[in-house]
Amino acid sequence: MITLHWLYALAGLMFAAFAILSALDRAHSRRFGNAAFWGLMALSLLGGDAIGDFGNGLLVLGLAGLAGFGFIGRSHPPTTSEAERQTWSDRLGNKLFLPALIIPITALIGTLAYNYTALGSYGWVEPKRETYVFLGLGVLFALGAIFAWLRPPAIAPLQEGRRLIDAIGWAAVLPQMLASLGVLFAAAGVGDAIGSLTRMVIPEGSIFLTVAVFGLGMAIFTMIMGNAFAAFPVMAAAIGVPLLIQGYHGDPAVVGAIGMLAGFCGTLMTPMAANFNLVPAALLELKDQYGVIRVQVATALPLLIVNILLIYWLAFR
Amino acid sequence: MINYWPLIGILLVVAGFALKLNPMLVVTGSAIVTGLIAGMDPVEVVSTFGKAFNDNRIIAIVWIVLPVIGLLERFGLQQRSAAVIRSMKNATTGRLLILYLVYRQITAAIGLHSTAGHPQTVRPLVAPMALAAAEKQHGELTEDEAEKVKAYAAATDNVGLFFGEDIFFAIGSIVLIQQILATYGYNLAPLHLALWAIPSAIVAFLIHSTRLLILDRKLARRGA
Repeated sequence: MITLHWLYALAGLMFAAFAILSALDRAHSRRFGNAAFWGLMALSLLGGDAIGDFGNGLLVLGLAGLAGFGFIGRSHPPTTSEAERQTWSDRLGNKLFLPALIIPITALIGTLAYNYTALGSYGWVEPKRETYVFLGLGVLFALGAIFAWLRPPAIAPLQEGRRLIDAIGWAAVLPQMLASLGVLFAAAGVGDAIGSLTRMVIPEGSIFLTVAVFGLGMAIFTMIMGNAFAAFPVMAAAIGVPLLIQGYHGDPAVVGAIGMLAGFCGTLMTPMAANFNLVPAALLELKDQYGVIRVQVATALPLLIVNILLIYWLAFR
Repeated sequence: MINYWPLIGILLVVAGFALKLNPMLVVTGSAIVTGLIAGMDPVEVVSTFGKAFNDNRIIAIVWIVLPVIGLLERFGLQQRSAAVIRSMKNATTGRLLILYLVYRQITAAIGLHSTAGHPQTVRPLVAPMALAAAEKQHGELTEDEAEKVKAYAAATDNVGLFFGEDIFFAIGSIVLIQQILATYGYNLAPLHLALWAIPSAIVAFLIHSTRLLILDRKLARRGA
């Protein structure tokens, strides 16, 4: 059966190649820093299950130290110039989109076929992970198609990949760090503390204000944790279930579903949700690392108000 | 008695981000302090952090698309995306991003949320298209204006994803809601929960597309 570990291995080999190419890049002022950083990512993906929890912990400290003290930087591997790219674009025309579409189409058709045809009954792929597996397969198909059609130098995909990953830098690893921080927060009882603080500000007897504190609490706690998944159990235990559902007889489906979406409004406004907010800023090479968040606030705030109103109207019909 | 001391970890994160310290150090520092306050010994803190990092490796998988995206950029994919938009008479940044918003919400709603995203679609396709449309409306963009258009492209992906995915009943967040409420004795069908995500999805579309049309007007006004 194809499991996630196959994909870890694929990604690990890619990061290992980035590390080796970094070390060999004499034009790069921080080449050994980059080599160590991507080398540690390769070690995590290839050998993370073999080095033990403490070993993984040291690996993470290494990543944080290399990134935090400025040992990694951008690189300029050989690629085409702006003018060459314009020429290629004119010459190849819209056919250039076809290899780009191979990845989403493979993921899309693969996922649909696996779930809605007999294909899924063979059990070839780890359950619930089929989209990731087909994404990986799509990457390999796309690479094959590009090589067959355009015949780039054999090393080109790895050098071009390194160009992009170095442009993203440590932001590529931050989402995984934040998820790990969430685990420590939970172990330390941060959720209980937040829940009890929220209960203190609830006014007696007002359904609307209780709904408002629930929605705001979801959004604010999501901003702190970077993730509505961490906020939901806490807010459900503090307000959602005891007050809105049991106390005021609100519809549990509405309180649950729209409460979660109130949390998603918080996700739009926090740097803690790095993969949605900081990674694209790096990926699009914005000067302001909070540029994406700044644009999202004016969508998130009115939407949060509407979600609070929707809970109030729909849960207490 | 509830122990409020672990909240210091949160204060450290907020202060670190506000001071624009390197987030990798802020997160690691906060994790260590939070663990120590919770009574773990240093080895236990490092081990817990390491185990969690290892358990979350799935987050790193999306980067396998980078060699393909980089290779296509080498052959002018961004230039081609821009050229397509320049050839369309009525394309504007706002209309283009509204179209992408619809696409993202619908594909996420049928469970195909991992098929698009910032590395896969926004950087190589959506952002260069949005920039080309803005240049058509406005003429040459200043750096700040180009930043804003690119930020809107990323924001549109996020809004579409967040307010589409919960309509799909087999997504993680719906399963989580269902499981949490079940522990209190409320057994709800995931499909029933997913239906209640539809009103918010519609409002999210209306609010964000209004903002995109306003962006269009701003771009057009300064271009004239």
